[in-house]
Amino acid sequence: MGTGKHSSRRVFFYFLFGVSTLLLLISLFRIQILDPSYKLSANSNVIKAVTVYPERGYIYDRNGALLVSNQRAYDLMVTPRQVDEIDTLDLCNLIGVDKAYFNKQFKRAKKYSNHRASIFLKEISKQTAAQLQERLYEFPGFYLQERTMREYPHKSAAHVLGYVSQVPDYVLEKSTHYKKNDNFGMTGVENSYEKELRGTKGVQYLIRDVYNRPKGSFQQGKYDSLAMNGQDIELSLDIELQQYAEELMKNKKGSIVALEPSTGEILSLVSSPYYDPNLLVGRSRSPNFNRMYKDENMPLFDRSLLAEYPPGSTFKLLNALVGLQEDVIYSGTKFSCDEGWRFSPKLKIGCHPHASPLNLTQSIAQSCNAYYCYTFRRIIEKYPNTEVGYNRWRDHILSFGLGNFLNNDLYTGRKGRVPDVDFYNHQYGKKRWKAPTVISLSIGQDALVVSPIQMANMCAAIANQGHYYTPHIVRKIDGKPLSDSTYTIPKYTSIDKKHFKTVIRGMERSYTSRYGTARGARIKDIEICGKTGTAENPHGEDHSIFIAFAPKDNPKIALAVYVENAGWGSTWAAPIAGLMIEKYLSNQISNPELENFILSGNLISKDDEKQ
Amino acid sequence: MRNNKSLFTNIDWTLVSIYLVMLFFGWLNIYAANFGEGTHDLLSMSTEPGKQLFWIGSSFIWILLILIIDGKFYTTFSYFMYAITILLLIGVLVVGKEIGGAKSWYAIGSFSMQPSEFAKIGTLLALSKYLSTLNINLDLMSTKIKALAIIMAPIFFIMLQPDAGSAIVFASLFLVLFREGISGVYLVLIGLAITLFLLTLTLQVQTATIIVSSLCLLFGILLKKNRKSLKPAFLSLIFAIGFIQSVGYLYNEVLRTHQKNRIDLILGKIDDVHGAGYNLHQSKIAIGSGGFSGKGFLEGTQTKFNFVPEQSTDFIFCTIGEEWGFLGSLFTIGLFLLLLFRLIHLAERQRSTFSRVFGYGVASILFCHFFINIGMTVGIVPVIGIPLPFFSYGGSSLWGFSILLFIFIKLDAYRMDILH
Repeated sequence: MGTGKHSSRRVFFYFLFGVSTLLLLISLFRIQILDPSYKLSANSNVIKAVTVYPERGYIYDRNGALLVSNQRAYDLMVTPRQVDEIDTLDLCNLIGVDKAYFNKQFKRAKKYSNHRASIFLKEISKQTAAQLQERLYEFPGFYLQERTMREYPHKSAAHVLGYVSQVPDYVLEKSTHYKKNDNFGMTGVENSYEKELRGTKGVQYLIRDVYNRPKGSFQQGKYDSLAMNGQDIELSLDIELQQYAEELMKNKKGSIVALEPSTGEILSLVSSPYYDPNLLVGRSRSPNFNRMYKDENMPLFDRSLLAEYPPGSTFKLLNALVGLQEDVIYSGTKFSCDEGWRFSPKLKIGCHPHASPLNLTQSIAQSCNAYYCYTFRRIIEKYPNTEVGYNRWRDHILSFGLGNFLNNDLYTGRKGRVPDVDFYNHQYGKKRWKAPTVISLSIGQDALVVSPIQMANMCAAIANQGHYYTPHIVRKIDGKPLSDSTYTIPKYTSIDKKHFKTVIRGMERSYTSRYGTARGARIKDIEICGKTGTAENPHGEDHSIFIAFAPKDNPKIALAVYVENAGWGSTWAAPIAGLMIEKYLSNQISNPELENFILSGNLISKDDEKQ
Repeated sequence: MRNNKSLFTNIDWTLVSIYLVMLFFGWLNIYAANFGEGTHDLLSMSTEPGKQLFWIGSSFIWILLILIIDGKFYTTFSYFMYAITILLLIGVLVVGKEIGGAKSWYAIGSFSMQPSEFAKIGTLLALSKYLSTLNINLDLMSTKIKALAIIMAPIFFIMLQPDAGSAIVFASLFLVLFREGISGVYLVLIGLAITLFLLTLTLQVQTATIIVSSLCLLFGILLKKNRKSLKPAFLSLIFAIGFIQSVGYLYNEVLRTHQKNRIDLILGKIDDVHGAGYNLHQSKIAIGSGGFSGKGFLEGTQTKFNFVPEQSTDFIFCTIGEEWGFLGSLFTIGLFLLLLFRLIHLAERQRSTFSRVFGYGVASILFCHFFINIGMTVGIVPVIGIPLPFFSYGGSSLWGFSILLFIFIKLDAYRMDILH
């Protein structure tokens, strides 16, 4: 019962308790004060930065019809580091992919980053996303990111509008605005007005619990930033006219470009074959794109901007204008035509049978080849040597916007080609060529090529009697009209206004004259001025070409129609142009049989389609 | 002369104050750990803070009872209570509810009771009773064995549940034997055993064997003139090697994978923050992210959003560390140190051996809980699931610790009445 016997041993207890406590305090001091990494870990545990995607701007046509809107979609994101043991098969079934695909995607995500979230499966439908959301806590490391997908209610104007896809690597490398998997306009207006449409992304810092469930915003959203929606855009396109044009071009290869001459606004821009823009939305984009990419009729190829054809006889209009401007002909000048123009036994340009001689307007209306051979030769040979004369001629042609980019607001384009002196020097040798050598230029052949939109612009310049506005597709951004002087200041051709009257009369005569090339495509009550063309095609049947504007006075529409492998311009292109004009100006069709003939015309052989 | 005394005469108010502060601070942290889960009424009986309020209230009833009951009761009925304890421990193996792979709980209605929490009281009472036997001589082997048997019996049954954590707590009662005069050699031997244990686990069996043999060889060479000491040196070598081998066997063959993982984590042999190390890693993140002054009451994100497991029971210290920072940790640990020092101080002033042994026993048990619990949350002790006294959520443990503490407070208040 002795109390004092071992009472000194209490010191051991004081020592044991003291040392142990010290040990704990040292550990706590280390992790709470010395090592800051735990703070960071805690934040990365709970705080998730979620990008708030702005809504991409809507696109309307000139009459306010909604062409492009947005639909909700979800991306399934994954942060590989956070993925614990999950029921992979269950998740696969839920999102409808197989195990192999799952593993492939997971490997890819891991390769991108183990710590940063990346897209595991993009653009999941609303329904799947809703089912997934409920069970997401079973799959740590995965979360749904809302995003918008494009929607095209009119199923039309695919080439004009373009498509939106995940931002490609070459853009990512250059721009800090984009993060991987952001939306990006790849083609069309989506591309050329990407900056206006995309808006500004916002960031929301959310707190999430251990099951990755959202638990509200971090610090009442002090660090959040709002997303700024993209701006809405109004196109100059008339969607009704566009859809009508597409119908007319159904089962034909080619292009229609229609402009408003007084503004340069593009009314319709058709490349055929065309496709429903909704095909390039969401998860079906890739397979559809690949299928169309391999299609031998090249539906993805925008012929209206990228195809380059010889202008053919339509080019005679320019040669007539240059001839008048250079004073080598006047409206009364007549040339005789004996089924063509003969320079030597070897060099001859043939012509179809018609009365001879013809004056200038008759030559346009009846599209005489010989007339322009003479005129072209006179223009070139007016000057002391071929090079000077040729450059003079060429400058006039270039002033119509040919041979160079239009510098417009379309995402792509071609220069076309008005061959320069060097081109022929290279081909024939310096001073080894003269006007007759390149005489095919007089009828729009030789090395001359233009794109359909250039043709339409050329037509608008004639309609305006000497000037044009750079063709453009957008009228208003965010309700405000385009202020860019590129589109508001007219560009003048080098031809005096007075010379156009004669040429325009000739274009009118092609409808009204008994021998006019477009006589069959007349439209009641509308004064149309047009010019047929046939572009020689070494690969097959000739391309049918027509340019026209109407009405004659104060023209409202100027257009160029190309139908590939359709033969004479008067057969297909001229009636199509006529229907377009009638549709646009009077919104009714006076000749349903003609319309029916065009609509049912199939110039893409059925055998081709089957392949 | 006792009759004219009030119930609270001679009560050590220091201990009572520490106890009350701990209960209050502990409850605040249980509230915080449950906060933010969309619960509107955290005081209702369906939530942990609400239930804990009930446990606290009912503990006060126990305390009142303890203070009313005559101090003699504990000495008189200690063996009887020990017997009940053992019966309860056996009973739980038969009718107990299995939670987490261990049969440690009696389920009565919607409440559960953990007999091992109350077994500490019975065992300590019996040990105090035995060691306060008149003319007891701890130098005798038979005395040692009997004392040891009192401690080992509950450990045996608890190991059958199995609940290694509680068993370790009972082992802390050996410290009391040291105070009561058992030779310091045993303490040194235990220290050596722990060292060898850790050495074996860190360096593998072969390496540990080689090191120990080399040390013995070195001693042998140094002591070669003193032939007498060669024999014990050789014997202890045999013993040490045997010990190493059995530790190796225990670790490799007896321990289950999760137990091995917990040890390996502390020893730094594995570093797996997503698998076995997840709990410890999250626990350290929660505490570490509190910094110097903490994130503030109810502002902790790690515990609130369930990153820390068992955040109101075994890992309640994470909430303290996260929301109250290093200052909160210092405060909590300071309270415990004060409590433990005060207990030793009071135990030493007891006239009766019974009261002294009981005081030391309470201190040893509380120390064991306190050090292991906080040690595991900061990663210096393997994860062992035992509660932090007066802080952790749970009725059995709060009742158990409160009864334990207040029996000693009663014994202390009663000390003047004892003729020794």
